[in-house]
Amino acid sequence: MTMINRLVHQGTFLPVLTVVASLIVIWYAGAVYLNSTQLIDRYQKKGVDWDISRLAQDAWKMERPVLPAPHQVGVELKKTVIDKRVTSKRSLVYHAGITLSSSLLGFALGTLLGIALAIGIVYVTTLDRSLMPWIIASQTVPILALAPMIIVVLGSIGITGLFPKSVISMYLCFFPVVVGMVKGLRSPEPILIDQMRTYSASPTQIFFKLRLPASIPFLFASLKVAIALSVVGAIVAELPTGGQGGLGARLLTGSYYGQITMIWSALIVASVVSALLVTAVGRLERIALRKLNGGQAVAV
Amino acid sequence: MNVGSRKVPGSVLAGGLFLLLAFFGSPAPEVKWIDLAGVWLTAGALAGVLVLSLLGSTSSLWSRAAQLALLGSALLGALSLVHLEPISGSAKMGFWLLVISLGFAVWHVMQRFSQAKPKAVWLQMMFRIIVPGIFGAWFLAVWELVTIGFGIPRVLLPSPGLVGDAISGSLNILAADFQQTVVRAVIPGFVIGNLAGFAAALAADRWGFLGRGLLPVGNLVSAIPIIGIAPIMVMWFGFDWQSKAAVVVIMTFFPMLVNTMSGLRSAGAMELDLMRAIGASYWQSFLQVRLPTALPFIFNALKINSALALIGAIVAEFFGTPIVGMGFRISTEVGRMNMEMVWASIALAAVSGSVFYGLLAVAERRATFWHPSFRKPS
Amino acid sequence: MTQTVQPGSAVVHTANLSLEFSTDDGPVHALSNINLDIAPGEFISLIGPSGCGKTTLLRVIADLETHTGGEIQVNGVSPREARESRAYGYVFQAPALYPWRTVRRNVMLPLEIMGVSRPEREARCAQYLDLVNLGGFENKYPWQLSGGMQQRVSIARALSVEPELLLMDEPFGALDEITRDHLNQQLLELWRKTGKTVVFVTHSIPEAVFLSSRVVVMSPRPGQVIDDISCNLPGERTLDIRETPEFLEIAHRVREGLKAGHSYDDD
Repeated sequence: MTMINRLVHQGTFLPVLTVVASLIVIWYAGAVYLNSTQLIDRYQKKGVDWDISRLAQDAWKMERPVLPAPHQVGVELKKTVIDKRVTSKRSLVYHAGITLSSSLLGFALGTLLGIALAIGIVYVTTLDRSLMPWIIASQTVPILALAPMIIVVLGSIGITGLFPKSVISMYLCFFPVVVGMVKGLRSPEPILIDQMRTYSASPTQIFFKLRLPASIPFLFASLKVAIALSVVGAIVAELPTGGQGGLGARLLTGSYYGQITMIWSALIVASVVSALLVTAVGRLERIALRKLNGGQAVAV
Repeated sequence: MNVGSRKVPGSVLAGGLFLLLAFFGSPAPEVKWIDLAGVWLTAGALAGVLVLSLLGSTSSLWSRAAQLALLGSALLGALSLVHLEPISGSAKMGFWLLVISLGFAVWHVMQRFSQAKPKAVWLQMMFRIIVPGIFGAWFLAVWELVTIGFGIPRVLLPSPGLVGDAISGSLNILAADFQQTVVRAVIPGFVIGNLAGFAAALAADRWGFLGRGLLPVGNLVSAIPIIGIAPIMVMWFGFDWQSKAAVVVIMTFFPMLVNTMSGLRSAGAMELDLMRAIGASYWQSFLQVRLPTALPFIFNALKINSALALIGAIVAEFFGTPIVGMGFRISTEVGRMNMEMVWASIALAAVSGSVFYGLLAVAERRATFWHPSFRKPS
Repeated sequence: MTQTVQPGSAVVHTANLSLEFSTDDGPVHALSNINLDIAPGEFISLIGPSGCGKTTLLRVIADLETHTGGEIQVNGVSPREARESRAYGYVFQAPALYPWRTVRRNVMLPLEIMGVSRPEREARCAQYLDLVNLGGFENKYPWQLSGGMQQRVSIARALSVEPELLLMDEPFGALDEITRDHLNQQLLELWRKTGKTVVFVTHSIPEAVFLSSRVVVMSPRPGQVIDDISCNLPGERTLDIRETPEFLEIAHRVREGLKAGHSYDDD
């Protein structure tokens, strides 16, 4: 009893399991409901007698469903992830690789840009006053809307491939990094800055011994947001470049040919890639904070 | 270097130096500065900005205001110069040196305004707006100067002037696009998505079991590129605004869910103990303590969602629309290489996004004036 | 009975020192006409109600604030030069330790900044941690220590610079009474052993009288010195001394000074 009690009233294992299980049940039910119109239509044309169980069975194995059942997506995933050779253009691993490389490049560029801007903003008042409002405004601009244009314009001056897509990811990434880093570099209390003054430390020493280490927890919190954004950026950037591959291109192809199962499997692979990246950054964060703090995240 | 007892700022020195150098170069092939009447306005105003910093009364408000006016004239002068027949498309070193000098002057004036500490509160507010204002004006000016001066093909990057013409020339189209994307897709989707997220968070809060299950799932969803749902929604709900609104609903649901949940949990133990001590019911303590403490989190979600909603609707339009809408406009005009119209649509999207965000920020300030980030020192 | 110190030999010398802040509501006289000479080896307490400028005076000595009138010398030079030659150690109200550095690396921080060689750093760190009875805690992180221990680390860090002048700004203000008594004894011990000059800011009368060879009483609006009392208590003291008539007499005089200077219409 106590065991069950503990599972229900504490921890997240059982609740999460329940939520995920109910989502799957809803999914199956939804598949029956959404596919039913098409099926009933077909039954009536052929004059077939049908009941709910027949409808459900047929709904879960339709050739071109409105909503594929989870196991159908599973089969598609197995076909495109495990059975296909990684180098094949029909392998989702191949496409995920393309998306992954451009989002990682964009993430790296965006992080560097963000850190550089944050240092400038913290040290130069004029930059703080003139640039910071525009950096915030830049994010109210739906930058993803710029994606097709950036790709086409960069393409027309001969820049193609990875870089134009990374530019989109970079633009999405730099913002959380700037905001987090500015906060982090300013996080040391005035007392610690005063103390550095009593040692007559140079600005460089204050930066490397105080501001930079103090900003690391803030940096990682931003990086976790930024890496998820970089995947979104890469996928959207792939929409106008259909031919070159990538998960975004698969979404577009699926949408052209009405292949909903293809869209779902691309979407799931994208989610897995994104979740893995966020987890990886989380791991890095733990390692970095352990090195820095002896295993504990502490506010300065 | 010192003049009298005053130290001359580096930006003034550099600006003066480049201004001098500019007159040794020529503004365009086979053209001399002396032939261009407009240059005297630009150079004179520019010199005025720099000289004012060397004069006695530099700390006064009037000197700053005069510098700002002179800087504006210098910018306008340079903009009219670049459109002159001989310079446009073939500006040479002399002209660019003038632009660099202008850049140093801009930096210097921004510096003066950001270092100023006026006593009056309204002046402080003004200065806070003036500095980014100068930066924005300079950004647009450089864009115009570079595109016109170098004669950059307009399919690559149209000048702001051309984009402005496109905007004023196609107000009807832009209004229809705004109506389709913002009024019919973004706003209903935003309202439904946020309400649903908030309701789910309330349910999760009332039934702890559900809450503990939903929070990790919600956090996981925030890590995945949910925008990929767009093509599916377009297939389900058709090309018109319903599918866009559906994408917006799904994109805004989870940030609101996760933020409201953590907001409701942020109430302090002491305040809650107090409510318990005076025998408050669940709803009383909810309305008096937990909802107010959750408000900053809820506004945070609303602000995040304002950007997401616009992005969601525009990207969903890339997957198929009736022949109207901001996303549709952007993708078709890119195809026709009609870049002025693309930039006009982007400007519309940017303005809509900023206004949307700005309204939320004002509402936040009104609703959570007590929060430390808004408190004014008395 | 104001002390007179030869101006040339004073560790801190001020004449008509004043400091004004300008605020929206007009100028605030944080310090006004401070005349103070501190001789080598003195333990001097600055005491007064909040807003009397005692911390501000300490910060002016440390060149964390700049005075606007009069003159001040630290070790015969300007506060700025004194700071740049690292002439003093400063202990803040909070321990101000770096959570990502171990106790050892916290103590070595100023030495790293000054470019002291590694073996020397290690040696001094061990020496001063021993002095504040924290030998054996080198590899702990600050957040693994109690508040009193953290403040001792911070004192060891200030001492590791080996300054002749130690500036302490209510270092035990945030600690409980028992810990504070204990640290007071340790500090006194330390002062006798090292013979440093100490300027100590506090708002506790027993603490000031117990520790000091001289108590300077300050009052607010404008921040000024209203009494300067020397304490001729025996050098070897225990906490019991606080019950002796001599001690109580000095404490009484300090209290009277505070009363006289305190206007009760404030915040």
